[in-house]
Amino acid sequence: MSCSGSRILYCNCTYARVVAQETKAAVLDGLAQSGVAFDAVPDLCELAARRDPALERLAAGDSPLEIVACYPRAVRWLFHAAGAPLPEDGVTIHNMRTEAPETTLATVLGSETEPTQPETSS
Amino acid sequence: MTLAAPSLRVVLDQRQGPAFEADRKTSLLRTLLDAGYIVSCNGEEGELAPLDASQLLVLREGTAAEDQEAESTEGQIPVTFRGVRKLDADAVLGLVRELQGSTAEPGDWKPWFPVIDYDRCTNCMQCLSFCLFGVYDVDEDKTIDVAQPEKCKTNCPACSRVCPEVAILFPKYKNGPINGDEVQAQDVQREKMKTDISSLLGGDIYSMLRERHARANTRFSKERDEERALKERRRCLVKLQQELDIPEEVLAQLPSAEQILEKASRHSSPRDGSS
Repeated sequence: MSCSGSRILYCNCTYARVVAQETKAAVLDGLAQSGVAFDAVPDLCELAARRDPALERLAAGDSPLEIVACYPRAVRWLFHAAGAPLPEDGVTIHNMRTEAPETTLATVLGSETEPTQPETSS
Repeated sequence: MTLAAPSLRVVLDQRQGPAFEADRKTSLLRTLLDAGYIVSCNGEEGELAPLDASQLLVLREGTAAEDQEAESTEGQIPVTFRGVRKLDADAVLGLVRELQGSTAEPGDWKPWFPVIDYDRCTNCMQCLSFCLFGVYDVDEDKTIDVAQPEKCKTNCPACSRVCPEVAILFPKYKNGPINGDEVQAQDVQREKMKTDISSLLGGDIYSMLRERHARANTRFSKERDEERALKERRRCLVKLQQELDIPEEVLAQLPSAEQILEKASRHSSPRDGSS
């Protein structure tokens, strides 16, 4: 759980270079060093294509979900494509393609770090 | 190809014994994610890991006495425990692969396929008509569906470019709104200004192909000119490639005329294109 009691899902976008390598590394380092519980998946697209049960579990949980991945519209419809639509409320999607890692980590971990860019969320 | 079935989820367990040092934890995470494995990191307190249908492999940074193999279950889920204190990241990856057994290697397919934004889709079926690789189909409710994502051609976003409602996403595409960025009014206008390929071809690509085939059977018997036809086809393909950002290798994999006509015959009944 994060500081705010949310579940955290990090997508490594392993099979493409659309998210800057240094952004992914900074976010993953921050999550690992924080000591919070989180799920890290290699690639949400791949999981959606093969309807991995992890997506259904993540979509169905009771507590708020913070997803660190890419564009919120893409993430939402990927879950839908996997047969695990995300709930309307309680899900925040952070876009590593546009958002600075410090901003993402500050929001997800609830730290005191000052954000450097506006948050992109659904 | 067929998509690999889900098999194994790795848990980095912090609840028992010494915790993974931060740098080591990051190194293990990177290595396992790059190899295509899902990894759950738990906290020092709380549950082992949230459960789904995946088998769990729990890795612990135990002392020597704790570096032992163990098996148990959480509900119906098999759980395997391993101590990895003396193993570097590559050795841990080797262990995970060994325990995964004979299941398909994760990550042997670049996950490139269309994702439909059903808030925008009008079920017009242009994508179904356009795609020659069998990616799209309709479900039992006659709604367009990405039925076989693994048949999509890597880096080809062409179907999204013929969608009049900007409803088809490729999350790994470089530019918006195809990559999932919000759709702006000018994006919709641009799509509407594009040539409507379906209209251009008479409303239904497959009807057009059937008619053209029938005409060809009579005309070509009189004035067969294959060289000219091939030249025309090449010219059209080059134009399509430029306008729709289709990779060269995708064009090289286009089905033959016979395969297209065979698909056309399977779509022989007229389709209601409106939603």
